[in-house]
Amino acid sequence: MLLAIDTATGSVGAALHDGEVVRAEVVRHDVRRHGELLVPAVSDALDEAGLRMSEVTAIVCGVGPGPFTGLRVGVVTALVLALGRGLPAPQGVCSLDALAHAAHLEAAGAPGLAAPELLVATDARRREVYWARYEMTPAGARRVEGPGVGPASGLSEEVRLLPAVGRGGLLYPQALTGQLDGAPLDVSPGVLADLAVRLRDGTHPDAATGLLPPEPLYLRRPDAVETRAR
Amino acid sequence: MSGPLVLGIETSCDETGVGLVRGRTLLFDAIASSVEEHARFGGVVPEVASRAHLEAMVPTVERACREAGVRLTDVDAVSVTAGPGLAGALLVGVASAKALALALGVPLYGVNHLAAHVAVDVVEHGPLPEPTMGLLVSGGHSNLLLVPDVTDDIRSLGATIDDAAGEAFDKVARVLGLPFPGGPHIDRVAREGDQVAIDFPRGLTSGRDLQRHRFDYSFSGLKTAVARWVQAREATGQPVPVADVAASFQEAVVDVLTRKAVLACAEHGVEDLLIGGGVAANSRLRALAQERCDDAGIRLRVPRPGLCTDNGAMVAALGAQMVMKGRPESRLDLPADSSQPVEQVRA
Ligand SMILES: [Zn+2]
Repeated sequence: MLLAIDTATGSVGAALHDGEVVRAEVVRHDVRRHGELLVPAVSDALDEAGLRMSEVTAIVCGVGPGPFTGLRVGVVTALVLALGRGLPAPQGVCSLDALAHAAHLEAAGAPGLAAPELLVATDARRREVYWARYEMTPAGARRVEGPGVGPASGLSEEVRLLPAVGRGGLLYPQALTGQLDGAPLDVSPGVLADLAVRLRDGTHPDAATGLLPPEPLYLRRPDAVETRAR
Repeated sequence: MSGPLVLGIETSCDETGVGLVRGRTLLFDAIASSVEEHARFGGVVPEVASRAHLEAMVPTVERACREAGVRLTDVDAVSVTAGPGLAGALLVGVASAKALALALGVPLYGVNHLAAHVAVDVVEHGPLPEPTMGLLVSGGHSNLLLVPDVTDDIRSLGATIDDAAGEAFDKVARVLGLPFPGGPHIDRVAREGDQVAIDFPRGLTSGRDLQRHRFDYSFSGLKTAVARWVQAREATGQPVPVADVAASFQEAVVDVLTRKAVLACAEHGVEDLLIGGGVAANSRLRALAQERCDDAGIRLRVPRPGLCTDNGAMVAALGAQMVMKGRPESRLDLPADSSQPVEQVRA
């Protein structure tokens, strides 16, 4: 039984996946309360699936990129849950990959939505986006560039015009013009769990590189804070 | 050795602390500090501290268990500093404590950092007299607390209205060209100096100030006075008598701290004074507090220096007392509260 959590975007949540299907998913939308809501979400997901923490055998967590404070809540929660249950260390999944995977799953159900390439862009605050570029293959969305961070307007024109998912396109519609109607905006922990299962069983095109150490993808050094502290 | 086995987590500033206490017995206190990463900035950088907490958390929990000779599954309750402190740093500890409580299926206690500074002394000097007067002095706080029951009832009598005492030590150390953190260096240098060489101001000790801010502290004016004195001296081209400045500054700080603490004991009929926080390691503060407590017939308790600075043992000690007193546990949606008032002992 796989427990997946993610705190990299505007939602915070947990899902349980039995290797075949998502057994439960609990998502809360409150970008400022990741620390309060995450563990209750795990607890609620267990209740919803009729499972106990002792039945969880592996943990994955979204490692961003995303706002640091929420990201750390997710990663440390995964690490300590694994420690407390005596499980192997959790594995990380790039949260942008989970958004691309969501788009891939939706396209599979509606072939009209299929596009050869995809941009995932999320809110990085400070007027910037976290972004990555994907090639859509039948087996999954393969990351071909990124993750990176920067102003949406600073991305190459080729990237800016791609069909886009995530909140970046809503925040910077003039720079990112390809926002898909009804695009997934925040990471779904159930989708992240599904991606992790496919990465692990080798059926996803990024299987060789997709599972990461359980460490935040900060992408930014704490420089701005350091200079202010001087 | 009996009582509940409690694991305490502390991440309110730059120390990742994990302590294990059974009843009133300290089993082990594991600390990982990021202080060296902050030294070049002359103060704690919150984002650097938060990153360090995340990296240190699992190894520090593992080390505490290994050294204490217990298994995590033996733990009866988890306690954690819910506030006050740096918001992002607190969150790492609070999230960890919740995850551990859920994983182990044990109760969670979110506690007040300042209350924990008081509670830790039970592992060294036994049960706290009720009431106890608490004087907490560190880089983050300067508080005078009346403590009828450390698990439930703490009243703030006074606090600094500007800089914390430890902050003043850091800033004066910088003026004198001494390294960060300033406290130990000023203490060392001051031993060679004359504490009455320079008459630095004692904040909030006279006239109306003493009425309006009877048990409050102020160290900002003192810090400025030291900086001006040093500048004036440098302007004349004479060398700065570093030892005398350090000793006179330190005397001004500990004079006010101890004078008000003893006065508070007298006015509230409290016979036991406990000093905690990093500045409690200061040798002159300990000496003068002992002298004045002896004169006033007050018993002085000061935990050893390792328990005065921020650590996990203090959080575990308070958690264990909460369990033993049957205090209600915290909910799993417990927030971290960077400005948690001291009166709110439990979160
Ligand atoms: Zn402290």
